[in-house]
Amino acid sequence: MKTDKETNWTEKYETILGEVPFTTSSFRDQQRLIVAPRELLRVLELLKANAGMDMLIDITAVDYLEMEGSTDRFEVVYCLLNTESGERLVVLTHLNEPDLKLPSVNALWRAADWLEREVYDMFGIVFEGHPNFKRLLLPQEFSSFPLRKDYPMRGRGERHNFPVITRANS
Amino acid sequence: MPLELLAPATEDESRRDGLWTLNFGPQHPATHTTLRLVLQLDGELVLDAEPDIGFLHSGFEKLAEELDFNQYVTIVDRMNYISPLANEIAWHHAVEKLVGIELTPRCRYLRTILAELMRISDHLLCTGACMLDVGGVTGFMYFFNERERIYEICEKASGQRFHTSYTRVGGMLYDVTDDWLKMVSEFIERFAAAHKDVSRLVLKNRIFVERAAGVGVLDRESAINGGATGPVARASGVARDLRRDEPYLAYDDLDFDVICSQSGDCFARFQVRMLEMLESVKIVQQCLQKLPTGPIFAAGTGKESMPDKRVVYQSIEGLIHHFESVMPNRQMAVPRESIYAATEAPNGELGFYLVSDGSFKSYRARTRPPSLLHFALFQQMIRGCMLSDVVAVLGSLNIIAAELDR
Repeated sequence: MKTDKETNWTEKYETILGEVPFTTSSFRDQQRLIVAPRELLRVLELLKANAGMDMLIDITAVDYLEMEGSTDRFEVVYCLLNTESGERLVVLTHLNEPDLKLPSVNALWRAADWLEREVYDMFGIVFEGHPNFKRLLLPQEFSSFPLRKDYPMRGRGERHNFPVITRANS
Repeated sequence: MPLELLAPATEDESRRDGLWTLNFGPQHPATHTTLRLVLQLDGELVLDAEPDIGFLHSGFEKLAEELDFNQYVTIVDRMNYISPLANEIAWHHAVEKLVGIELTPRCRYLRTILAELMRISDHLLCTGACMLDVGGVTGFMYFFNERERIYEICEKASGQRFHTSYTRVGGMLYDVTDDWLKMVSEFIERFAAAHKDVSRLVLKNRIFVERAAGVGVLDRESAINGGATGPVARASGVARDLRRDEPYLAYDDLDFDVICSQSGDCFARFQVRMLEMLESVKIVQQCLQKLPTGPIFAAGTGKESMPDKRVVYQSIEGLIHHFESVMPNRQMAVPRESIYAATEAPNGELGFYLVSDGSFKSYRARTRPPSLLHFALFQQMIRGCMLSDVVAVLGSLNIIAAELDR
């Protein structure tokens, strides 16, 4: 059963998104839209233009590999904020290997620049159309994606592949 | 005298022959932390600056998947180490929102006092370092003297000056003493004098104003589009403060102003931080007056909170109760959900996106560090400025590399 409040906000986004299919869920005060990866860019465009979501607070991802009962491997999370009304919204989309590609939202929010690079760095999700797409925090030569659940806590010894330059050889 | 800003360098222009590439950092006195900039210079003019970060990346978010909600507090301490308690409060705010714990009034007020002391401490360092970078060592010394008092207050409360690890899920390690409250009120009283000294020293000082005014301008639209929050956004005219807009802790009952400016330059950011310190003083004073008595841990089924240390050491029930809350197989039930919760940290919106699998540790704990989004805006802000403005802009953004790289 949906409460009245929940029906209200769901209806609001139904009007804004028009024919784009989406599902909703909520937890405490958090409202979530779940959309398919191919609809993502369209949904975010509509939310920015018609729902006043002018600030992109965060982009992150979750690897559901070890979560019981999960159906999709990766979930990419977009946290949006309307700075006028203070309204927040979380947009979720699910990805599975081998198709780990999403459109970049750099053109909508400049904040996406480093956030998308960090998600790639940690999870290996590729954002197509990003102007300067490379790793953000880890060295460019690094070959793994450490926040994936199948990456061991203590690493795989990558650190030994990097040459140590001693003072005598420098 | 404000500088005339040049149009942003185009791709061709910044690759032009005769330019000088300057490697700024990762170890440089003015970066204060470990970050690197690759500057493209035409004489003294900065055409482009490419930030390179990640030197302090230490896998905090991976560690969050290994440590439980109470253990991870020692790691969040080390994110923005200029104001460690503000991170702890943000972290446990997110955990408590996920679990659904209602804090006791005393705990809410104490955390508010600590959060505001941390805001003062952070702003003291940021404004102090900003003065230092443009050549004003005196103000820095005056402010560091005051920060020392805040460290003493932290030490008195938690036993640790720096990495306090003071908050716990649903409460705090222990309650504070009356001595501590006296210490805070004494600090608040004498702080105004130091603040006034430094204000008189720099706010109308021609050398300082000319180094800061009109430099590194961030307009309102770019601030919103680039995800700027906190003092950086407020200096650019974005009137948003989570303490007022999404009240948490005791901020609902308190009276304070949100400081904003329109010009969005280094001087505006400096002024916003200076004035916010006075608002924090106002908040702490009100909290000290209104501070309720009562338990510090949230009441509930008993599993939801840790018992008072005196009860633990003096009664068998207390000891059992303590064991119930610390044994990994007896921890409180956490909903299998995800949530984003944010607080207004001194630097901006510090949020955590938590995903839980029902156990007492997070399945995924994403930190949304304000520094990351602010530093991403740096490239745009510095184009067309002079080489000597690099340190002024960096100082006014208060980039903390440990929080940036996690």
